[in-house]
Amino acid sequence: MEYITIDSKCVPIEGEKNVLSLIRKAGIDLPTFCYHSELSIYGACRMCVVEDERGRVFASCSEQPRPGMVIYTNTKKIQKYRRLIIELLLSSHCRDCTTCQKNGMCELQDLAYRVGVHAVRFLNTKKQQPLDLSSPSIVRDPNKCILCGDCVRTCDEIQGVGAIDFANRGSRTEVMPAFNKKLSETDCVGCGQCASVCPTAAISIKTNVTQVWDAIGDKNIRVVAQVAPAVRLAVGDHFGIPKGENSFGKLVEALRIMGFDEVYDTNFAADLTVMEESKEFLERLESGEKLPLFTSCCPGWVKYCETKYPEFAGNISTCRSPQGMMSAVIKEYFKERDAAEGKQTMVVSIMPCTAKKGEILRPDNYTDGRQDTDCVLTTVEIIRMIKEVGIRFEKLAGEAADMPFSIASGGGAIFGATGGVTEAVLRRLMSEKNYKTLNTISFSGIRGEEGLKETTVQVGEREVRIAVVHGLANAGRLLDSIKAGEKTYDFVEVMACRRGCIMGGGQPAQAGPRTRRGRMEGIYRVDAASNIRFPDENPIVEQLYGGLLQGKEHKLLHRNM
Amino acid sequence: MRIASREDLKRAAGLAAEDMKSQTKRILICAGTGCLAGGSEKIYQKLKKMAEDTENVEVEFGPEIAHVGVKQSGCHGFCEMGPLVRIEPSNYLYIKVKEEDCEEIFQESILNDRPVERLLYELDGVRYREQESIPFYAKQTRQVLKNCGHIDAENIGEYLAVGGYRALEKALFEMQPQEVIQVVLDSNLRGRGGGGFQTGYKWKQVARQEEKIRYVVCNGDEGDPGAFMDRSVMEGDPHKMIEGMIIAGYAVSAQEGYIYVRAEYPLAIRRLKVAIAQAEEAGLLGENIMGSGYSFTIHINRGAGAFVCGEGSALTASIEGERGMPRTKPPRTVEQGLFGKPTVLNNVETYANVPMIVLNGAEWYHRLGTETSPGTKAFALTGSVKNTGLIEVPMGTTLREIVYDIGGGVKGDVPFKAVQIGGPSGGCLVTSNLDVCLDFDSLKKLGAMIGSGGLVVMDENTCMVEVARFFMNFTQNESCGKCVPCREGTRRMLEILEDIVAGKGTLEQLDILQELGEAITDTALCGLGKSAALPVLSTLKNFREEYLEHVVEKRCKTGTCQALKRYVIDPSKCKGCSKCARNCPVHAISGKVKEPFTIDTSVCIKCGACMDNCAFGAIYTEN
Repeated sequence: MEYITIDSKCVPIEGEKNVLSLIRKAGIDLPTFCYHSELSIYGACRMCVVEDERGRVFASCSEQPRPGMVIYTNTKKIQKYRRLIIELLLSSHCRDCTTCQKNGMCELQDLAYRVGVHAVRFLNTKKQQPLDLSSPSIVRDPNKCILCGDCVRTCDEIQGVGAIDFANRGSRTEVMPAFNKKLSETDCVGCGQCASVCPTAAISIKTNVTQVWDAIGDKNIRVVAQVAPAVRLAVGDHFGIPKGENSFGKLVEALRIMGFDEVYDTNFAADLTVMEESKEFLERLESGEKLPLFTSCCPGWVKYCETKYPEFAGNISTCRSPQGMMSAVIKEYFKERDAAEGKQTMVVSIMPCTAKKGEILRPDNYTDGRQDTDCVLTTVEIIRMIKEVGIRFEKLAGEAADMPFSIASGGGAIFGATGGVTEAVLRRLMSEKNYKTLNTISFSGIRGEEGLKETTVQVGEREVRIAVVHGLANAGRLLDSIKAGEKTYDFVEVMACRRGCIMGGGQPAQAGPRTRRGRMEGIYRVDAASNIRFPDENPIVEQLYGGLLQGKEHKLLHRNM
Repeated sequence: MRIASREDLKRAAGLAAEDMKSQTKRILICAGTGCLAGGSEKIYQKLKKMAEDTENVEVEFGPEIAHVGVKQSGCHGFCEMGPLVRIEPSNYLYIKVKEEDCEEIFQESILNDRPVERLLYELDGVRYREQESIPFYAKQTRQVLKNCGHIDAENIGEYLAVGGYRALEKALFEMQPQEVIQVVLDSNLRGRGGGGFQTGYKWKQVARQEEKIRYVVCNGDEGDPGAFMDRSVMEGDPHKMIEGMIIAGYAVSAQEGYIYVRAEYPLAIRRLKVAIAQAEEAGLLGENIMGSGYSFTIHINRGAGAFVCGEGSALTASIEGERGMPRTKPPRTVEQGLFGKPTVLNNVETYANVPMIVLNGAEWYHRLGTETSPGTKAFALTGSVKNTGLIEVPMGTTLREIVYDIGGGVKGDVPFKAVQIGGPSGGCLVTSNLDVCLDFDSLKKLGAMIGSGGLVVMDENTCMVEVARFFMNFTQNESCGKCVPCREGTRRMLEILEDIVAGKGTLEQLDILQELGEAITDTALCGLGKSAALPVLSTLKNFREEYLEHVVEKRCKTGTCQALKRYVIDPSKCKGCSKCARNCPVHAISGKVKEPFTIDTSVCIKCGACMDNCAFGAIYTEN
């Protein structure tokens, strides 16, 4: 085996593409801003510079490992350079750390502390720029941008949207939408992946925390929470709970402590989605029209399709997302009680997603001209609220959510991972409801991290061709191949974010491979631990169709178009 | 006529030579930027009008404005003496020609075949009739610029007449691609764009890539302030460079070539377009060149004038329509360059060297220059030197020869101070370096570089801190903004330099300047970033005392830095009229009437209002 020497340690080269990977393998957390394993190598931050035995200094992210290399990551020169680079970044960066959204979670702040920058010798002479508050999902603050380009590459390479890019040059360089338009005027789908890779608060989640606190403080408002499948696996991240552990019970308890009146489980609404989407799918299979059917759970995807591939917009399922169904049902459920008690119900959905903040404002998600979901809080925001109250989250015993909307099948739970919606729909479509069926479906190739997964499943007498994509750039490629006639499918699941909602833009950021794996495994554990595995076996679903939903299925569960 | 074989080329060249000979008299008026500014356009118009009635006389000119049926030529090089007018075949060179000289020139030189003595170049009592005998030209070795100013750049026939495309013919019909690469390798031709990388080695690497689609790209994005070597080749002899590109294409089996020219060079773009069209029409470019079976096409891309687009990966990104930003390497341009394909990327001057190497062989090329840097190099000689202009000398020529023999010494015979070589990415050479041979390797040792060939001469009256500030301002503006050291570091360096020239600098800032400079050099992403701090580091090293003067004594002895000037009232001349005090906007002047007044320098804002208002000339500035 071939080796390189890193700080006197021999490290074997095992197919690593760059020296940085080897350094990290050697157990040294060399700091970087612009290096992400899933993005192209950019080489702009220069934080990963190292020195070789001849004193040559180079960036390790873009250096190919050569056997016999001897490199040092911590010489005096390198220490000095690292410190200076941080100092230079800080010199033109807003330094109001204490009031910053990202305070305590900021990579720049963290690295400044780590490498020991104690003073900045330069004045910030940069002109202050206005904030872009136009998007319902994210906020852009150019004054905090360190131009690492992570957002630009994520938006372009992973999401295929390209809403932002660099403009101007030299020290006047900025990241902005073309012609410095507002984000709301661009193709931005609100997925928030830019915010989750942003090391500072240059792009952050638009927060609705104050609005929720105000409602909780108002006795005339019934504040009802619904919690999405993926939230429970990430909310514990900041409280020392192992990655991917299901913290749903703790979250329910915390929400009650905070003052929410009712807490429901969006997994239940996912079961409803499965019922409606399956029905729609069977109808389309029957008629042969508008195939393939595209899933509609992901608002980022829906907007992407509408703006970039409008010719496919008609193929998107008319079903509301689980969030939308849940809110419509909740509003209907409390309608009479509200009138009797003189109260108003406010639905707050707790989501792993920033695009959901945009989805609730879409008129096609309204019922009788009224907005159903009043407010979306992301996982990050709910964590902030828990911290604000001072709840020792990790110490909570956990409670059950409120009836009736707290019973869900495992099929609803896995909506949070790529392939989950498909898996749940297939569970519905299969006639035999047993363990064997479950196994057949899970091993049909729809699970896993691959960007495009394809499978063929026998449904009744038909061979159903299925594709599962995540990451909008992958979706774009898939649509291109459908358009070109290269591919034909009957059912296509699309999630805007890579790996699905567990890695949504509203989840705690800076997630590495361990977190990703943890959340993915966690979501399937929730499924495995469920008493009910098949969505159509959920008793509450059955009850609802026989009661509240009777005659209103379309009005409450589908987009009004 | 279409050249479809080797015989056709011979015939076409012969016809063109005869055609050139039939023009008994030619007047060439330089249309380089300097001469144009000097009014050569009007001279051209006048001579053109006079010539209209006379047979067998052609007026050549290179204006930006098209003149139907008028031939055009490029820069003659001797810009200091412009506007230049050259008479052929007698080779008289007239300098500093004015509009009113036209009649005499026409009467004497065209009609009577006599020189106009008073318009000839004169030095130390000697009058030089022929261009070739003038020391400025005599000391040069014009290989690349040989045809510039001598042939009509918009007529492919004239290029054929002087042996053009014969190298291409030789390559296509007598050599295998690998033989072409070998001769370029043996010649040790090194990239004239700045890096000095072996051209043949680059080609060899491209040729051995598995990918079969390959590109040849010419870097004509000459961005150094004051440099115009490549421009002169593109304007004066575009076919030479095109021929070099086709040969490169043949050597690496490329099918397409791109020329990246800055949009600020409209004349170069026009002439390249004309040249490409003529070459295509003649069958020297496009499908089945000269019937050899080899096909090659060339496109022109206009750059929007970003200095950084001279960097290879930024240039290819710009051609692709992306933002011109350098990317990390590997992969290198030879592996994945333009459109992700293997790409040969050389600059204009490099390609212009190729035909003569192929035609005459590697050994012939080694007769000039040094062992490791053979051949010649064109420089744009500017600044405080008597003969500014475009020069070409063998590699290894000393700085002294360039400044004193060709340049004629420092203007006004002020002592020489330094030379800024290589533009904003280069460094400065000082008196003790005057006898250093200018080649790639010796300059690198001195912390400077040949760069694309800008040479700015500075005399004792030049403030080196201001020079550093000027270049840093340029680099800072031209940074692409990608990597932190270059983007933020150069900005901070510029701010410090601005403080120093404004008299607000501190000793600590000098240390920070050094620290920033070293960090940028070591950690920046691309070649431009890595060399961005060189002008500062090199002046800090060579002229530290000047920095100290500015910082400690708040003094600029050259008087360049306005803010460091001190206004003083000479008590012997001051009559105490109080006019200065009344005109001082900040009330810095005080005194008793009829007694000498004084200026409080701590309050003075150096506006000069006192000096302007003093009727007795009692106020002067102290540097």
